[in-house]
Amino acid sequence: MLRRLYHDQPESFAFTPDNQKWAEAQMKKFPEGRQASAVIPLLWRAQEQHGWLTRPAIEYVANMLDMAYIRVLEVASFYFMFQLQPVGSIAHIQVCGTLSCMICGAEDLIGVCKNKIADKAHEVSADGKFSWEEVECLGSCANAPMVQIGKDYYEDLTAARLSEIIDELAAGKVPVPGPQNGRFAAEPLKGLSSLRGFDSGKTKHNASVQAAVEIGDTVKRIDGTEVPLLTPWVKDSATKAAKPKPATKPKAAKPKAAAPKAAKPAAAPADVAEEKPLTLDAARETGADDLKLISGVGPKLEGVLNDLGFWHFDQIADWTAEQVAWVDSRLKFKGRIERDNWMAQAKELAKK
Amino acid sequence: MLKDEDRIFTNLYGMHDRTLAGAQARGHWDGTADIIKKGRDWIVNEMKASGLRGRGGAGFPTGLKWSFMPKESDGRPSYLVVNADESEPGTCKDREIMRHDPHTLVEGCLIASFAMNANACYIYIRGEYIREKEALQTAIDEAYAAGLVGKNAAKSGWDFDIYLTHGAGAYICGEETALLESLEGKKGMPRMKPPFPAGAGLYGCPTTVNNVESIAVVPTILRRGGGWFAGIGRANNAGTKLFAISGHVNNPCVVEEEMGISFEELIEKHCGGIKGGWDNLKAVIPGGSSVPNVRGENMRDAIMDFDGLKEKGSSLGTAAVIVMDQSTDMIKAIWRLSKFYKHESCGQCTPCREGTGWMMRVMERLVKGDASVEEIDMLFDVTKQVEGHTICALGDAAAWPIQALIRNFRDEIEDRIKHKRVAGIAAE
Repeated sequence: MLRRLYHDQPESFAFTPDNQKWAEAQMKKFPEGRQASAVIPLLWRAQEQHGWLTRPAIEYVANMLDMAYIRVLEVASFYFMFQLQPVGSIAHIQVCGTLSCMICGAEDLIGVCKNKIADKAHEVSADGKFSWEEVECLGSCANAPMVQIGKDYYEDLTAARLSEIIDELAAGKVPVPGPQNGRFAAEPLKGLSSLRGFDSGKTKHNASVQAAVEIGDTVKRIDGTEVPLLTPWVKDSATKAAKPKPATKPKAAKPKAAAPKAAKPAAAPADVAEEKPLTLDAARETGADDLKLISGVGPKLEGVLNDLGFWHFDQIADWTAEQVAWVDSRLKFKGRIERDNWMAQAKELAKK
Repeated sequence: MLKDEDRIFTNLYGMHDRTLAGAQARGHWDGTADIIKKGRDWIVNEMKASGLRGRGGAGFPTGLKWSFMPKESDGRPSYLVVNADESEPGTCKDREIMRHDPHTLVEGCLIASFAMNANACYIYIRGEYIREKEALQTAIDEAYAAGLVGKNAAKSGWDFDIYLTHGAGAYICGEETALLESLEGKKGMPRMKPPFPAGAGLYGCPTTVNNVESIAVVPTILRRGGGWFAGIGRANNAGTKLFAISGHVNNPCVVEEEMGISFEELIEKHCGGIKGGWDNLKAVIPGGSSVPNVRGENMRDAIMDFDGLKEKGSSLGTAAVIVMDQSTDMIKAIWRLSKFYKHESCGQCTPCREGTGWMMRVMERLVKGDASVEEIDMLFDVTKQVEGHTICALGDAAAWPIQALIRNFRDEIEDRIKHKRVAGIAAE
């Protein structure tokens, strides 16, 4: 199946402030330098925000993760959940058509979609509200047949019920997801055959439906304000990062009160004064060095370095602490130069 | 039939309290620190003694897999990666664990990570499971808040971080090395083995990839002892197992049962029988779409475990039982699976990329009867050439359903071809 970027792309993309915070928190799940691992969650959030995945969104995510555009495009076109073309304004309906669902009536559900939405998959309905596609197994086989609408599964469906659900959605309502035949979850319809002692009936809905009902974001465009952002995994680094902050604030405040003391904070390694290193307008006649050979420098970073006026290993090898600070503040990768020890690497590479 | 007190997933249907407090009331997170203090070797040996075989389909002994991890770090960190990319058609068991009994998994991750010297664990859940992802993240957040994971997890002295991340709809990412590629932010294309993940996995570091169910049963096994688990079911096929029964039964469901339960008992006790009675049973795929189908009349007395289903020419796989009655067009059913594999082939190896499409197109013609009888043998021959000639097992998985169809239902395919011929001549 050919998956290409849509011919008509919007001008730009940016995460909403809450989604941006969410995305930055996701990047912290992975070790330093492995932020590319967050590419799927970030692309997915971009799609949740916009409805489908646009070229500006792909480039935005690539820039956030310091990845080449093509690497992110590769991911976007490889994984089928990414919609590379516009979808219905209310919902994109994904009908599971694989074996268990097929033998339980998925073809009738597809018939409903063809009838009510559009003849072909991925085509937006005449009123612009819906689109549909047949997807491969969604992993809810004991509740076949089923469809996914937005975030939620509508299970144990009949053609008539799906038709009603589409009508309700079109009228601005969100039908309660989950099994549509009176079941709670994946237990036998005729009553429990095991775990009878645990049937306490404490909640009205199973976990998936409960979340859908409580948050109410089944077909909503996600802007990050739906649920509070919890990031227990950054707790440690957050406290570490928080500690220096109060320390730097007084520093900034102190010079006002006592100017002579300003020399002290300047001596602290964190506040090294910036000094512009020697830069070149273009590479020397011998041709530019391949800066990507420095571990930690990718194609994108190489471009940035070239723009700043660095073309050769020997330029980098001689940076002083002040000069590193100058470059660091322009790369927006705090501490990366020293962490990866570019100077030592460049010294080695310059010898060759 | 398994007694309720021997069931591990006591909140499988989510009817009970799903929070941490509820999980603790059901006995989870009980004495976790004591288990960890017994040490790495004790845990691995106990897991070996339990006879637990991986629940993701291949059935590799879990304890043995853990023992492949380096005992001492060479400077690289070790990782546990939990494969929650449940996408094998027919399989919907891990979903129930993650949304309704998620603390079994979180606790299992801590113990398993300790046992393989890993301070970090990544759970890779399939992208479509959005609510399940939220439910599992809520459980992880609760565990962090209660100090059960994080620094000095559960007061065991072991620092442990657990991260949940997700895929975006690629079946192939259920293959462990494709999953690692995806986790590194790339296309999910399987890696060549060796090196095996235990040597060089995630970020080139020692990694073990385990299925959700394999990890989620660990805490209970260690609390009750490997001997308890090994005592359920037959030798070499021990323990309890989540079965997911879908298709033409009266009450499709997910249920925890003992390994080695007979197919008849499983269907009668939990699913209310076959639709239209046992005579109406046509075929069963007993372990998810990749395993060979079995004719209905051979299935009734089948023993549902690794060896029992091997005797029937099939496999337990993920224990996702797809039941098909006489109303099913078997050729079309297998064509649908061929379509699935064609859709999900990652395109890396030629035999699979080209073969899955080719097989699907021939199957398409067989559904209509628009073929010659010799083509059946040709199709069989091609499946043999795809099988075993690819980096990962997707090629094999695409070939087996077709081979079993030809083995079990050749008469039906031939009938259709002949019928079409006769009908064609009559029409002329």
